[in-house]
Amino acid sequence: MSYLQIRNVWKTYGDNVVLEKINLTIAQGEFCTLIGPSGCGKSTFLRMLMGQDTPSKGSILLDGKPISNEPDSDRGVVFQKYALFPHLKALENVMLGLEMEKSPLLGKVFGATRRKMKAEAMEMLESVGLAHSADKYPSELSGGMQQRLSIAQALVKKPKILLLDEPFGALDPGSKADMHVLVQGLWKKYGLTIFMVTHDVKEAFELGTRLLVFDKVRNDPHSPNAFGAIIVNDIKLDKNKQKNMGEDHVGINETISE
Amino acid sequence: MRLINLDAGRFSPLLKILPFVILGLIYWIAADARHAANPDDKLLPTFEVIADAVVMMTTEVDELTEEPILFTDTVASLKRIGEGLGISVIIGLFFGIIQGTLPIVRSLLSPFSAAISLIPPIAILPILLIIFGLEEPAKVALIVIGVTPFLIRDTQQRALEIPEELLIKVQTLGASTWQIILRVVLPHVLPRLLDALRLSLGAAWLFLITAEAIASSEGLGYRIFLMRRYMEMDVIFPYVIWITFLAYMMDLMLAILIRKAFPWYRKEK
Repeated sequence: MSYLQIRNVWKTYGDNVVLEKINLTIAQGEFCTLIGPSGCGKSTFLRMLMGQDTPSKGSILLDGKPISNEPDSDRGVVFQKYALFPHLKALENVMLGLEMEKSPLLGKVFGATRRKMKAEAMEMLESVGLAHSADKYPSELSGGMQQRLSIAQALVKKPKILLLDEPFGALDPGSKADMHVLVQGLWKKYGLTIFMVTHDVKEAFELGTRLLVFDKVRNDPHSPNAFGAIIVNDIKLDKNKQKNMGEDHVGINETISE
Repeated sequence: MRLINLDAGRFSPLLKILPFVILGLIYWIAADARHAANPDDKLLPTFEVIADAVVMMTTEVDELTEEPILFTDTVASLKRIGEGLGISVIIGLFFGIIQGTLPIVRSLLSPFSAAISLIPPIAILPILLIIFGLEEPAKVALIVIGVTPFLIRDTQQRALEIPEELLIKVQTLGASTWQIILRVVLPHVLPRLLDALRLSLGAAWLFLITAEAIASSEGLGYRIFLMRRYMEMDVIFPYVIWITFLAYMMDLMLAILIRKAFPWYRKEK
């Protein structure tokens, strides 16, 4: 049940407390959406899950083991931008993760292995609807297509958890809606465990099974950095009764606008 | 219409040649005027005299190599500059990448290479001459010393410019440091290194001609400085134009190479 455990995690930079005593237990297959005002530690939290940052206190366990303190293939990531390799075509971008595993020395494979790998990567491209753009460079793709590619690139490694850092923040509403359908579909298809930071409250409610609201509750006007943010709300979203979340919704909005 | 919105349109090719034509005309008039006053003038030889000199340099055979003098000089100079730039690129790529990618190496070497890059290369030419004598290595070494620090620093900077997101992403794809260097840093840095190389062509030619002027027995720079003693402007002028042309062709070829070998590079921006 407890796939990812976060035990009393604090993050401080010098005197600046960013996050305080975060405790969470996440089950496999959960889709967590993280919201909260800017600068309240959502991204810091995600960075710690990623291994880009280490907790100042406390521990994070994935599958019973402490997570590595540098990024690895247990954790896939999709950033808002800059996350595709500009010198590789779409298909090669997806193949890269597979190649790294198979060829420690060159990071590149040839012959029959390559053909097999291409087929696997192609399948992944198809599942994000990019099969027709396999031969294009990232710069030739639209914003929405780039994010699809970025997701395919992460998923091909079958990460234990997938971290999405405001993945659709730069997309137009139409592409965003398409991406929601896509992510929902992939989440169900592959049984993914997802963490997604977003600024879009509606998106957070629509996509998640669990909504985590970050905010600072204590504030000392004389020393604004003395207290960090905590998780002020941890809401289970029942996917079958989505209409019932009206009450919670109001509460959340109030918390955020404070 | 505002001047900033006015472009040359179909006159554009004409405008591009115009400064060259004007310069030629001015020269022609000046040479003509001097020759009217003194038929033996050597300072501004007429086009006929220059053409004769070019024919002489391209047909008259050098005693040592049994090739025309211009050919011998060109081969000697291109060999030096090619070797010099080749070595510079390899060193620049190696140190630029490890300094840009590995923080420990950067701490160790970055201030050092910054300091080295401030040594005026010509100031150590005497040292090179003492060490290597008047042989080839001294000339090649001057080019290497003149160009490499810039290439190292530029490559380091380009490697540091790789977005952090990309480096995180490739780690989540399971890449080792070596794989990251090979599959991400190297492709990112290579076209930019060639761009930097284009910028350092001017410096490379400067160092080549300096070295050849001081210690050499053939080469384009050597010939120009040799001819200066006899005030043979009819040889010096075409040599200068020839050097400029060679430098321009090298630049053009690098530009084509970058475009062909890294089709994604210009699109990226």
